[in-house]
Amino acid sequence: MRILVVEDDPILLDGLTTGLSLHGMAADGVDTCEDAYSALATTTFSAIVLDLMLPDGSGIEVLRHLRLRNDATPVLLLTARDAVEDRVKGLDEGADDYLGKPFDLEEVAARLRALERRAQGRASPKLVFQTLVLDPGSLEVTLDDKPVHLSRREFGVLRALMLRPGIVCSRSQLEDQLYGWQEEVGSNAVEVHIHNLRAKIGPRYIQTLRGLGYRIRMEAP
Amino acid sequence: MNSLRARLLLILIASTSAIWLCGFAWIYVDARQETQHLLDRRLMEAARMVLSLSAPGTLANDPNLPVVVSAGGPIAGASYEHILTCQVWSFDGRLVGRSGNAPASKLTEQPVGFSERVVDGEIYRVYAAEDPVKRVRVLVGDNLEQRQRFVRDLVRSLLIPAAFILPMLAILIWISVKQGLEPLQHATRSLSARDAENLTPLDVGRSPSEIRPLINALNGLFGKVVAAREHERSFVAYAAHEMRTPLAGLKTQVQIAAQATVPEMRTNALCQALKGVDRTSRLVQQLLAMSRLDASPPRLQDQWINLAAAFRDVTAHMSRDLLPERVTIAASVRNHSVAIDREMFDLAARNLVENALQLTPPDGTVRLSVTQEGHEAKICIEDDGPGIPSGEEELVLQRFFRGRHKSASGSGLGLAIVTTALDRAGAKLRLCSPGGGHGLRAEIIVSSNRVRLDDAA
Repeated sequence: MRILVVEDDPILLDGLTTGLSLHGMAADGVDTCEDAYSALATTTFSAIVLDLMLPDGSGIEVLRHLRLRNDATPVLLLTARDAVEDRVKGLDEGADDYLGKPFDLEEVAARLRALERRAQGRASPKLVFQTLVLDPGSLEVTLDDKPVHLSRREFGVLRALMLRPGIVCSRSQLEDQLYGWQEEVGSNAVEVHIHNLRAKIGPRYIQTLRGLGYRIRMEAP
Repeated sequence: MNSLRARLLLILIASTSAIWLCGFAWIYVDARQETQHLLDRRLMEAARMVLSLSAPGTLANDPNLPVVVSAGGPIAGASYEHILTCQVWSFDGRLVGRSGNAPASKLTEQPVGFSERVVDGEIYRVYAAEDPVKRVRVLVGDNLEQRQRFVRDLVRSLLIPAAFILPMLAILIWISVKQGLEPLQHATRSLSARDAENLTPLDVGRSPSEIRPLINALNGLFGKVVAAREHERSFVAYAAHEMRTPLAGLKTQVQIAAQATVPEMRTNALCQALKGVDRTSRLVQQLLAMSRLDASPPRLQDQWINLAAAFRDVTAHMSRDLLPERVTIAASVRNHSVAIDREMFDLAARNLVENALQLTPPDGTVRLSVTQEGHEAKICIEDDGPGIPSGEEELVLQRFFRGRHKSASGSGLGLAIVTTALDRAGAKLRLCSPGGGHGLRAEIIVSSNRVRLDDAA
């Protein structure tokens, strides 16, 4: 789950990007509207955490820019101004949720998960495929009701694949979901994670399509 | 006089009364003249009539004839009886005849025409006419006292209706004034009826042109109050943002420290939290400084301050993290003193030097110097920082504006405090990036007579 955090306070920005990574998300941080525009132009994000007061404009402008392009990426507004009219304005401009500062890291993560779930039209918070169950909230995976211990990256890969069972995810798509810009991606990192996953949940779930990518195997095992 | 209505009423009643008084004076004078004229004509006519009635040669030439005295009793119903007195004298000085009310002595010595004379204590206006053929002189007189009574009665008959009309006029004036001032009353009522929070403009539409400027001025004032309140509100909103954001940062970092799985992550989070605490406490300090500046115009006391000593004092109290040893003080600063309020100057200097130190890379320097140009003396603080990006020159002076080249501990209040403090102290701040967008020079500008060269420095 790739998140863009737009926040001008360096300490909070650092806190959000680090904190969200603790919740199994790959977060990128920018501190100006301008940087947010370029980030949005080059990368697809699962959700955006947007501060309202930025040094070179208002977060509302970024939001407007996004919605004008018909980009439906869920947006969680962060602001210190929590007057009702501010909230209403933000939501009416196309924001999906609203959180007043100061907030709990857990709540930000939970709201982002909820936003993603809603954007994908899922009803259940858990991702279920046959007897494989993945809980994005608690970062737990069970197979036949037995817990499976996955690393953060492995969890990310499985999560990305289980979001759309049967649909192929390319290696670069998976990398985008797993790593922020700051992070060094090894040339065969995804292969390594897939290999480890297969070792932990068994080889039958993940199918490799050479040259295309990976997917959850739909046909009966 | 505070009441417009009472004032108008007084003016209108006074002027109306004055006009009425003038009118009466005029009527009185005019009536007197006219009656004088009319009664004089009557005297003349009466004299001529008496003259024509006296038979030629009879009365005048017989000295033995007794004096004819006509009875001339009062005429019933007439209030001006005995107006005319008449004497007929022969040319040889004998009283031939007289009316009953006429005195025995001669009414006038003047042979012909009008004259006035006091006879038996009463003033008479007398007309004399003579007939040289009949050799008689007829004197017809009018008692002036009676004439004046006549005129007085005439004027009195005019005054009695006026006594009724004037109060009615006063009432009419009172009602008219009340009606005329109704729009004003309306405006007053609508103003006093609104509560203190209601700052919507008054309706100009129906108000008369005279009070429209007043209403427009009031609306202008309302606009200013609204703007000031808006400014205050946005200040509070910004202040809240500025407080809540570092708090949110702190909370997040502390939560990370609590949840961190690797020691580096915990250490980093705690470092960030410390920075956050520093920044928040600095923000609180700056907010307090700003509100102190805003709250009361302090009593300013200009005193001569040696610049180098003042700056050394400022850097001595600075956090060691800012590496204040990077500040270099030019020789020109050491022997200059400036006459300025100490507190304001310290506040401005501290903020400017802090800004410069925060923005300058660790190996850069912050240079202090003094230059004089014409009437201006400039105290310059130059840094090696990134300068101010074009388009932000005005914005950086605003409260809570933190530009693209902001520092982690900046509150966004520093330059706003500097401008306010210098403004209070009668100095100015100018910012320029001399090195083509690189480095920033902040200049404190004072008039050159407030800067002096110290002899033994």
